[in-house]
Amino acid sequence: MNAVPDLPADIDAALLLRWLDAVTSVIEQEADHLTQLDSPIGDADHGANMRRGFRAARTALEQEPPDTPGAVLVAIGRQLISTVGGASGPLYGTLLRRAGKALGDAPAVTAAELRDGLRAGVDGLVQLGGAKLEDKTMVDALLPALDAFTAALDAGGGTEQAVTAAASAAEEGATATTPLRARKGRASYLGDRSIGHQDPGATSSALLLTTLADTVRKASSS
Amino acid sequence: MTAPAQGTGGDDAERLVGIVLVSHSAAAANAVADLAASLSGSAKVPLEPAGGGPDGGLGTSSDLIASAARTVDRGAGIAVLADIGSAVLTVKALLADDELPAGARLIDAPFLEGAVAAVVTASTGADIDAVAAAAGEAYIYRKV
Repeated sequence: MNAVPDLPADIDAALLLRWLDAVTSVIEQEADHLTQLDSPIGDADHGANMRRGFRAARTALEQEPPDTPGAVLVAIGRQLISTVGGASGPLYGTLLRRAGKALGDAPAVTAAELRDGLRAGVDGLVQLGGAKLEDKTMVDALLPALDAFTAALDAGGGTEQAVTAAASAAEEGATATTPLRARKGRASYLGDRSIGHQDPGATSSALLLTTLADTVRKASSS
Repeated sequence: MTAPAQGTGGDDAERLVGIVLVSHSAAAANAVADLAASLSGSAKVPLEPAGGGPDGGLGTSSDLIASAARTVDRGAGIAVLADIGSAVLTVKALLADDELPAGARLIDAPFLEGAVAAVVTASTGADIDAVAAAAGEAYIYRKV
């Protein structure tokens, strides 16, 4: 199945809970920026929606921390669906719940298993939202991230190399949405006027992955 | 469970399809529900608006949708109509994870015209397939 044997199962619930904590802080810091990106082409609520969703998720998981990485992702996804209020709620919620379900009950998973989980999650998101590459959506950050994740594993990298590569690819993918014409969501009504603005969803997807890479780096250097 | 609509044709006639109207705006969902109900005659179609976001502003609330769906569930199916974007995506996400009562279905129809067609059709005791078809036909009703 996995091309890379003997990867350590180094992704556990504690790591993903630290990621949730870090990502909630990053979203707090970046909320105004996300809303700014969402103002010319969206309904100027992406930052506030993401902040509300991740705050609720952090609070809920602090109260009842799940003990497997799969359960952490499922629980965050559930919180996002019920608290975000915008399209990013069901989209990220579906991504994380599918990913979490794919990870199953294991107390810790390998990078290859996390990659397979994320792929299942992104498949679920694509099925729900119907976006394709270059529609100027979060998919433009997530699909290149998955490819980079896989390439890093194929090259013999471990968790840190794989998530770092995924984060860089997601950032590049988000930046590359700027010249695109939106074909999904409210921005698609704007036609050519959506050109020249970076997509807020792709930007928040990149934030989630760069924060994951930071969290993994901190874990392996401590 | 609240009592089903007054009917004289036995259990089947009493089990009307339930209808949930999901809009980004609570005012829009309530107004469309009022309009559709007022055009549906005397039969009491189980009908609930689910408008607005988790904070009460514009947006979509999965909790409101799920609670509205439970309220209108008479066991004959639930037709869920949604306006745009996150309203549609949230209903789909809830359905994909079995978080709405069995028999709930997202109806492919324009929001206002579809709601009127759905409620009027449901008031006749029609089944959910007929309600869905009537609502969907609103797409091909030309105005000019």
